[in-house]
Amino acid sequence: MEKLFFLIFAVIAIVSAIGVVSLRNPVHSAISLMVCFLQVAALFILLRSPFLAAVQVFIYVGAVVVLFLFAVMVLDLGKERFGGYLHHQRPIALVVVIGFVFVMGFTILHGSLDAPLGNYTEEALVKNTEIMGKLLFTKYVFPFEVVSFLLLIALIGAIVLAMKEKR
Amino acid sequence: MIPLSHYLLLSLALFSIGVAGVLLRRSIIIVLMSLELIFNSINLSLVAFAHFLQSMTGRVFVVFTITVAAAEVAVGLAILVAVYRRRKTVYVEELNEMKH
Repeated sequence: MEKLFFLIFAVIAIVSAIGVVSLRNPVHSAISLMVCFLQVAALFILLRSPFLAAVQVFIYVGAVVVLFLFAVMVLDLGKERFGGYLHHQRPIALVVVIGFVFVMGFTILHGSLDAPLGNYTEEALVKNTEIMGKLLFTKYVFPFEVVSFLLLIALIGAIVLAMKEKR
Repeated sequence: MIPLSHYLLLSLALFSIGVAGVLLRRSIIIVLMSLELIFNSINLSLVAFAHFLQSMTGRVFVVFTITVAAAEVAVGLAILVAVYRRRKTVYVEELNEMKH
C-alpha cells in the first residue's frame, strides 16, 4: 500500500518537475511547481515527518509559489513566451546532466549505508513535532538564532533592492 | 517498507531536472523555479536519510534549509524586479555586463 502511494507521488512529482522546466508560460510553470511541492510534502508524510510536511505546504506552496506568481504578474512576463525559450548551450548542458545522472545513479544503486542507527525509531516518532521543537530550542538553538537573523537580513535586503530609486 | 534507494533515485531525478532547467532555460524566473526544485530534492534526500538512520538531525536541518530557501527566493525576486526595472529584460544571456 505504501509502495503504491510512493509510486503515485513520485510519478506526479517527476512529471510536474518536467512541466516546470518545459512549459513556456511562467504561470503554468509556477502551478506545476506547486504540484511538485505538494507531492514532496506527501512524501515527507510517508517518511514520518508530518511537521515538515506542514512546513513545506505553508512555506513553499503558500509563500514561495505565490511570490513567484506575484513576480510573474508584476513583471508581465507572460507576453514573452513566444520567443525561443532555450539556450544555445543545449548540447553541453544535456551532456553534463546525463553524465551526472549516470554517475549518481551508479553510486546510489551500488552504494551501501552502514552508519550507526539513532534512537528515534518509528515508535519514538509518534511525538514527532514535540521532539523537533525540543531539539530546536536546546541542541540547535544557535543555528536557530542564526537563521532568524538571516531572515531579518533577507527581509531588509529584499525591501532595499525592490525600492524605487529616489532622484 | 520502501528502500532508501527509491527515495534517493527520486531525489536524483528531481535534482537533475532542476539542473537541466537552470542550464537550459533563458527566462531568469524559470531558473529561480528550477533552483527551488533542486532545494526540494535535497530536502527529500535529507529526510530520507534521517528516516532510515532513525535520526532527527536531518529533519531539523531541513527546517533550516527551508528557511534559507525562503530568504533566497525573497532576495532573488527582489533582484529580478530591480534588474527588470533597469534593463527591461529577463533573459539570462542579455545580462552579461560582468562577463568581459
